[in-house]
Amino acid sequence: MGILVDSETRAIVQGITGVQGSSHAKLMLEYGTRIVAGTSPGKGGVSVHGVPVYDTVQEALKMHKANAAIVFVPAPAAVDAALETLEGGIKTVVVITEHVPVKDAVQLMGYAKQVDAKIAGPNTPGVITPGKCKLGILPSHEFTAGKVGVVSRSGTLTYEIAAALTRAGVGQSTCLGVGGDPVTGLNFIDALEMFRNDPETEAVALVGEIGGNLEELTAEYIAKENYPKPVVAYVAGRTAPVGRRMGHAGAIVRGKTGTAKTKIEAFENAGVKVAEKPSDVAKLLSQRLRKDQFS
Amino acid sequence: MKLYEHEAKSIFSSYGVPIPKHVLATTKEQARQAAAELAVPVAVKAQVLVAGRGKAGGILFADTAEEAEKAAKLLLKTQLKGAPVEAVLVEEKISIKREMYFGVTVDRLNRCYVTIASDVGGVDIEEVAQKQPSKIYRHPIDTRLGFRSFNATQIAKQMGYRGEKMLELAEVIKKIFTAAMDYDAELAESNPLVETSDGKFVAVDARLVLDDNALFRHVEFRQKRLEEQRDLTLEEFEAAKNGLDYVKLGGDIGVAGNGAGLVMATMDMINLYGGKPANFLDMGGGAPPQRIKAALRIILSNPKVQVLFVNILGGITLCDEVARGIIQARKQLETSKPTVVRLVGTNEEEGKRILADAGMPVFDSMEQAAQKAVEFAKQEP
Repeated sequence: MGILVDSETRAIVQGITGVQGSSHAKLMLEYGTRIVAGTSPGKGGVSVHGVPVYDTVQEALKMHKANAAIVFVPAPAAVDAALETLEGGIKTVVVITEHVPVKDAVQLMGYAKQVDAKIAGPNTPGVITPGKCKLGILPSHEFTAGKVGVVSRSGTLTYEIAAALTRAGVGQSTCLGVGGDPVTGLNFIDALEMFRNDPETEAVALVGEIGGNLEELTAEYIAKENYPKPVVAYVAGRTAPVGRRMGHAGAIVRGKTGTAKTKIEAFENAGVKVAEKPSDVAKLLSQRLRKDQFS
Repeated sequence: MKLYEHEAKSIFSSYGVPIPKHVLATTKEQARQAAAELAVPVAVKAQVLVAGRGKAGGILFADTAEEAEKAAKLLLKTQLKGAPVEAVLVEEKISIKREMYFGVTVDRLNRCYVTIASDVGGVDIEEVAQKQPSKIYRHPIDTRLGFRSFNATQIAKQMGYRGEKMLELAEVIKKIFTAAMDYDAELAESNPLVETSDGKFVAVDARLVLDDNALFRHVEFRQKRLEEQRDLTLEEFEAAKNGLDYVKLGGDIGVAGNGAGLVMATMDMINLYGGKPANFLDMGGGAPPQRIKAALRIILSNPKVQVLFVNILGGITLCDEVARGIIQARKQLETSKPTVVRLVGTNEEEGKRILADAGMPVFDSMEQAAQKAVEFAKQEP
């Protein structure tokens, strides 16, 4: 089980003939991800690491059964690629591409809502259900199968926290990067909803950062829903100044909105323990899981 | 990318949004001539990219061409909130009956655009939102429908207009929205958008912030982005040209890492252990020698920096390449500042060996590395 991807996932890699697309297709195949086809307009007919390449998603879907896609297409054309996939009926799309214009992302999310599809990203490291499927660029060796769901706005921090969990003997059900952009598809609340219904997941780690107010809204959701599984959080950017964009397009404190302080307070008020350091996430989770087992 | 008022106004104007008559001046003589041409009274407005310009004294009024010259002379040698004034906009003074606010921005939660209107204009809109939230009208725009005439009419009605006036204002609002979309604006606003004493609607101020990621569609501004420093510091401008994200902070421990979240976490951890980060610097994935060198050069250009802390958690990043890059960069930059490296990822054994051979402390754990960096910083005078 886990969320979004598992051993039933059959993926199309869009932009498979590019440097990133090709090297990560190889790594995903090595991990055991079933990649049924690739696309690259103008390069149809070739094959990359044994995966047949098509000009259009439409052709790929005529020849293969697929239920997910991952996009490595450069920013100016990334949303067009994702839209073609949605139009073809695929409901799970991971958009790795960085620097996608916000206007394009808005358009993609508008259509995804209409066809009830799930988008991870843009600007995400992707998603991994350890031992079953990786649809992304996450370094596989940091992850082990287990019971903690991880959802994060940051790539490297996801690896940092997953590695710490793995070292502490705490495996993960699924790790999902939602993306560092201002407008992304799935957010923390969507991920919590999915983790809630996943029997494999017993606890959730949220990895937030400054900017926007999704952490605050997530805290509100956890309190209101009396969320049934233990949740711990980490928030990066306690020392970030106001009004400056910290790498990620979405990581910016505007006025009093989006500070780490308000996010941490919101989580704590909702009964979510907040880790001071990334490595503390594993400690807090172990505590919570143990307590729940004995209570 | 923030645009200057005069740039934003020329875009607004090309969409038919009424704006005051104006002339851009870079010298006091030009300002005097402009005022004479436009007919006094005029407003002389500093062209800077910081918000709150009015409050900071960046807008002066002149009843004669001589006064306009004086105003320009004064503004052109000052700095507003740290930004030097290189040009002023000399503009006909509008006789105002009513000030309003209209803006378009991104609604992160609903993943769409949102219009924000207020019948309180000419003041800090965030302050209005806090103190008089009932005076703010937000309309998230359904992406599937786009911004329609009915949206504009609803807003104009909320601003208290009826009949012909309502339709006129709706037209102006619609034009601003269209300009915002066509230019990939993250933020488009007119504050104040006014009703003049003779009943016309005019965008007395205009602001546009373009989406940097969409500049490939706006070649003119992409070019300006590469050539003009604008609101960036020299270091930030250098960083941007090298594909790095840099933000200067107040401390003495220079920080570089691969990944925005990781670098923020690194800064926080330095702080937790009693140190002070000097900067944020994200090198992104990969980190070839060229980029590492540029990163260290920019960090070290800040004289406050006493210690370097490089935090690499590599998936695709090759640790041996990073290690060689750090050593090479330190040599070329001729720095002997203590350097602490945290290195995990592909080829990490080789990377660690290279750094250890060069006598640099290298760690698996971010905590230990941060503690070491703080320790070094405390030893420095």
